[in-house]
Amino acid sequence: MTTDAQATALVDVDRVNKHFGQLHVLQDINLKVSKGEVVVVIGPSGSGKSTLCRAINRLETIDGGTIKIDGKLLPAEGRDLARLRADVGMVFQSFNLFAHKTILENVTLGPIKVKGMKKDEAEKQAMMLLERVGVASQAGKLPAQLSGGQQQRVAIARALAMKPKVMLFDEPTSALDPEMINEVLDVMVQLAKEGMTMIVVTHEMGFARKAADRVVFMADGQIVEDAQPEEFFTNPKSDRAKDFLSKILTH
Amino acid sequence: MNTLLNNLDLFTTGFQNTLILFFFSAIFALILGTIVAAMRVSPVPAMRAAGTFYVNTVRNTPLTLVLFFFALGYPKLGLPEISFMTAAIVGLSLYTATYVAEAIRSGINTVPVGQAEAARAIGLPFSQSLRLIVLPQAFRAVIPPMFSVFIALLKNTTVAAGFSVAEAGAIRANLSERGEPAMAGLLWVALVFVVLVFLLSLLQRYFENKWKVAR
Repeated sequence: MTTDAQATALVDVDRVNKHFGQLHVLQDINLKVSKGEVVVVIGPSGSGKSTLCRAINRLETIDGGTIKIDGKLLPAEGRDLARLRADVGMVFQSFNLFAHKTILENVTLGPIKVKGMKKDEAEKQAMMLLERVGVASQAGKLPAQLSGGQQQRVAIARALAMKPKVMLFDEPTSALDPEMINEVLDVMVQLAKEGMTMIVVTHEMGFARKAADRVVFMADGQIVEDAQPEEFFTNPKSDRAKDFLSKILTH
Repeated sequence: MNTLLNNLDLFTTGFQNTLILFFFSAIFALILGTIVAAMRVSPVPAMRAAGTFYVNTVRNTPLTLVLFFFALGYPKLGLPEISFMTAAIVGLSLYTATYVAEAIRSGINTVPVGQAEAARAIGLPFSQSLRLIVLPQAFRAVIPPMFSVFIALLKNTTVAAGFSVAEAGAIRANLSERGEPAMAGLLWVALVFVVLVFLLSLLQRYFENKWKVAR
């Protein structure tokens, strides 16, 4: 990687370590993501990929190393951290829509409370985003009244409403029924095409092939491979990756 | 019936004072209890410690002693003088707030952790994610225990009678001075309490229906 690319890295994870008790879940992780890049992180469960994703907006603390977003070091706590998190969109496996608020309120809450946007302006923006992810007709409902796929699309709209510099997806389709996975992936592919910087933890190889610029393969807390999608899927270098791919691609 | 009708003045002032004690103590206990519950889940260790200390000391003290302190100890401290009524409200609020705090804290624990994470992820600081996302959902989950706390408070107001506050619990004593049969007086007092508690239960049902959270 050239020094030029390092200078422009939007997300810069540098020698990050984390332990869960005895378990060394992140071992000297280095990852640089440039603006507009879509990086898919795959790997067996327990490999640390979700932890890495959550560490990038400090939902998980780290024991060592540094994480920079757009050149700024992640603050430890307080208002500075909150401000930085506003620039990092996060989509969770279990959607985590605010259960007591309507779909529209879910999307307007951040812009109003964090960015100080006026209510009608925030609502106009929210309706546009909901339109874009195809759930505008559900705006007045509560999250529990929507299907999983619809909820996840609202969660994407909620994150986009903050106009983030980078979007993190932590297994966004793993909790969905099979027939709903594509409606969420379509939104994500669209987002990638529009140039959003994305880090996506997923098991969806189709998405990785279609939309990713890079595939990062993690196993046992380490980044084992970091390659172009086509190269990774057709010609994986490590045995660990070969083994993983053979298990998921056979059926 | 005569016991009630002949001494209506006693009953009305008595229950009026009971209701004043109850309403003010309930409101202050709710506010203070919410603050203490927030302290107990705060990321700042000193806040957590202070909240825990307050709950453990006050909750472990018998209510009679708390009121004793405010009726007899407080005037000796040289602080601004307060009426027995105010002292009773302060004592009842401080005491009840510990129970409110624990009820709310158990409610906070029922809110899935993902809700707070999502709130933090869109950039809300701790205080706002608690106030806008976690507490509203926690309150809904604790309506039944919260009303048990308030029903207990309503009945605890009678303890204040022992400290010169002329509320419902004092009616009986005054009645016997007037030469009325003690048992009839007591039964009437008990009946009014049953009615008041019943009204609280209706309020509880109303809130439970209104704030049902669909998951």
